[in-house]
Amino acid sequence: MKVGVVTFPGTLDDRDAARAVTTGGATAISLWHKDADLKGVDAVILPGGFSYGDYLRCGAISRFAPVMEKIIDAAKGGMPLLGICNGFQVLCETHLLPGALTRNSELHFLCTDQKISIENTTTAWTSSFTQGQEIVIPLKNGEGAFMCDDETLAVLEGEGRIVARYVGENPNGSRNLIAGITNERGNIVGLMPHPEHAINTLTGPTADGLGFFTSVLNAMVK
Amino acid sequence: MTLDTVTVAQSSPDQSQPFAELGLKPDEYARIKEILGRRPTSSELAMYSVMWSEHCSYKSSKVHLKQFGDKAVKTDALLVGIGENAGVVDVGQGYAVTFKIESHNHPSFIEPYQGAATGVGGIVRDILTMGARPIAVMDPLRFGPADAPDTRRVLPGIVAGVGGYGNCLGLANIGGEVVFDETYIGNPLVNALCVGVMKHSDIKLAKAAGAGNLVVLYGAKTGGDGIGGVSVLASETFDTTGSAKRPAVQVGDPFVEKVLIECSLEIFAEDLVIGIQDLGGAGLSCATSELASGGSGGMKVELDRVPLRDASLSPEEILMSESQERMCAIVEPSKIKRFLEICDKWDVTVTVIGEVTDGDRLEITWHGDLIVDVPPRTVAHDGPVYNRPLAKPEYVDRVNAEVINVPRPTTSDEIKATVLKLAAAPNLADKSWVTSQYDRYVQGNTIQSQPDDSGMVRIDEKTHLGVAIATDANANWSYLNPYEGAKLALAEAARNIATAGAKPLAVTNCLNFGSPEDPGVMWQFAESVRGLADGCLEMGLPVTGGNVSFYNQTGSVAILPTPVIGVLGVIDDVRTRTPMSFEEAGLDLYLLGETADDLAGSEWAYLHGQRGGQSPIADLQREMRLIDLLVAGRVNKVFTAAHDLSQGGLSASLTEMVLRHNVGADVTVENIGTALMSETPGRVIVAIDPSQTKTLGDLATKHQIVLTKLGTTGGDSLVINGANIPLTELRTAWTETFPKLFG
Repeated sequence: MKVGVVTFPGTLDDRDAARAVTTGGATAISLWHKDADLKGVDAVILPGGFSYGDYLRCGAISRFAPVMEKIIDAAKGGMPLLGICNGFQVLCETHLLPGALTRNSELHFLCTDQKISIENTTTAWTSSFTQGQEIVIPLKNGEGAFMCDDETLAVLEGEGRIVARYVGENPNGSRNLIAGITNERGNIVGLMPHPEHAINTLTGPTADGLGFFTSVLNAMVK
Repeated sequence: MTLDTVTVAQSSPDQSQPFAELGLKPDEYARIKEILGRRPTSSELAMYSVMWSEHCSYKSSKVHLKQFGDKAVKTDALLVGIGENAGVVDVGQGYAVTFKIESHNHPSFIEPYQGAATGVGGIVRDILTMGARPIAVMDPLRFGPADAPDTRRVLPGIVAGVGGYGNCLGLANIGGEVVFDETYIGNPLVNALCVGVMKHSDIKLAKAAGAGNLVVLYGAKTGGDGIGGVSVLASETFDTTGSAKRPAVQVGDPFVEKVLIECSLEIFAEDLVIGIQDLGGAGLSCATSELASGGSGGMKVELDRVPLRDASLSPEEILMSESQERMCAIVEPSKIKRFLEICDKWDVTVTVIGEVTDGDRLEITWHGDLIVDVPPRTVAHDGPVYNRPLAKPEYVDRVNAEVINVPRPTTSDEIKATVLKLAAAPNLADKSWVTSQYDRYVQGNTIQSQPDDSGMVRIDEKTHLGVAIATDANANWSYLNPYEGAKLALAEAARNIATAGAKPLAVTNCLNFGSPEDPGVMWQFAESVRGLADGCLEMGLPVTGGNVSFYNQTGSVAILPTPVIGVLGVIDDVRTRTPMSFEEAGLDLYLLGETADDLAGSEWAYLHGQRGGQSPIADLQREMRLIDLLVAGRVNKVFTAAHDLSQGGLSASLTEMVLRHNVGADVTVENIGTALMSETPGRVIVAIDPSQTKTLGDLATKHQIVLTKLGTTGGDSLVINGANIPLTELRTAWTETFPKLFG
């Protein structure tokens, strides 16, 4: 199975995401933002970073990258797509996922080992977890507060589309402690914390993040 | 205004020039005229003034820094030594590591965010310039009193700047220091360290060889920021308000730098450059003159080809501009096509601005007119050298004679109060308010970061080879005895690497001092350099490079002498490192090393308003035996944990250990009134499984290190001589200081 990892100018966690894909048992394929084809990948990850410097709104420019056109089409057709941190911001900007990520409530960058609970295990990226499982993975961003209108929030909650929630004190002011959401079909997931930095206890706080990268293997087998 | 060309300069020898405003002394100006045989053009004057500034020329420090070469140890580990952008060290398995610290003190006082941000940017480009991929940064910081109003302006801005720039580059921040003292109130210290890794064959140097090869400028366009930054900012004392000088602080764009890093690494990987230099302090003046003098000397540059952000810039300003995120490469004509293609892939602006010639002059033209015609070596390397007067300041004998008179805890209540007071002291309290603003995870190779004794990164995923780095300075000891202070800082940094089991390999430094025109400050500097050079020779560690920052003072008050010493070590398998704390109960705790009554210069004395007495004398032979013991113990899996004792002594180290994994300890020590707060160097707490008792004893005997049992781990309190300090209470004291001060 091949999982594409996209590099925009300013992407930082692409090599980490590729390492996590490999550790999870798939083959990582590097995709360049100017690429107009997806090199036959079965799933795609939009990794963290500051694409194009994030000087406008986070992810606002990346959504127009040539590679995104193909990714959006494929995801609409059911291809598993995971946006981590800046990738989540890109997914919101492309409207593949609703809402927006805004400045942290404490108004500065926060890097911490964050406990989250997995609230939906039916998505392409979370089937390796158990419902309500609590895991610890790094959270690191300046604009991680998930915001949306009341109506959207009611839909997300009502349809079980909250994939992960922060446990304990709200680290960044996200509505309803939301750490990640999915689309109706469950193939697209946006996640603010970084599972790719938690694939072993040597370099990460835990190996809890690996579940996201093994889940996608199951999604392909189906 | 008419263009001041070489022809004009020749025909108007007596025209007055603003050399003093540019920071040049009359005799320095006269020397330039002597070199050129005429008055300099305004562009030449601009170049000489920035390159002969204290910051670029090391004119006051050179005569002392020579010792690092004279006393150098013979080692095969040093692949590139002092003089290049950064030193390069062989760490085995074909890997080379380059690391360096630089200061960005004055800009960070004026404009904390941008000053700190561009400090990170500058050192990262130095590392990149050697051909290495930058992998991690560290930031030793010093501020005025924690509760001073200006510290509340400066600290959050500097921390945000370090984080804002480093995070955006994707460099793990693996440690540093945050220290408060009155003397830094108008002059905070922002020292930035970067470490990079490469294969031996990838090392790049700053040299322009081969006539006909092209001079290529790539990266950001040149703007008006940072003009005169070097001469005006780094070489002058602050005595007025900061705002008037703001335009001289550079503004950083980390996104451009990130793209520049990836673009450059791709260019290096295809072996497309002969030589390379980054544009930092003194901008193009520095890059062109250093590249030219690193080669045969001849270079022609068409300055009007430099892409500008501000079309109104004059040639003098373009030469002096310190716009960030720019690199200058020497490229063979046959390779330029591919070079341009890679820049295009990364959307990086690139321009051929000149070529290497077979002459020995650096010639710069502006729309065809010759405006600079100089021997490049005279700009880059033949600046003035001063053997400035030095004299032992009168304060030294006076403060050395003082006797420390501080409370000595004896009762349980006093012991508990002492531990809590030290835990909450700004210099010892939890720094996660700062470090949580830095990305420590990116690149996925961070093994250790704050609050560990050292930062550690893996450099090979298959063999698990890694490097560890620590930076340390104890300015209180350097104030009391600068010679010993420098040695002690070296010993502490080396020990901080060894606690994890890494073997110290090489040294870098950032020497922060007051005005070199003050003989007392110059004495502190000379003593510090002598101490560091002697210490490195004794420990067998080469100095790979460094940085000197003078004029760190507010009015007539100089900062404490602050030689920040960085030590890099290597560890063959990062998986076997010794962590700084324990996660389980039932382990035995031991102290390695003897405790003396060393309260002079201690945090406990500082908290009681005292900075007198005699600093400890460094015993580097003992430090080396301790290091060998720690490395051997790691290899033989003797230790469950090991943690250095430094500021705050036993009290602070025990606090950090028990709070790390929330596992308590019960310890008993003799002479508690001294033992709790004394800062005797050369000590480490280790935790071992009781089954290792004999092995530890044998190790201590073999390395002649005094071993004392402290107690055992476990429980939810830190118990010292029966005084019970619940971890919850200790944690509150330790963690609430920074949020209370800074929000």
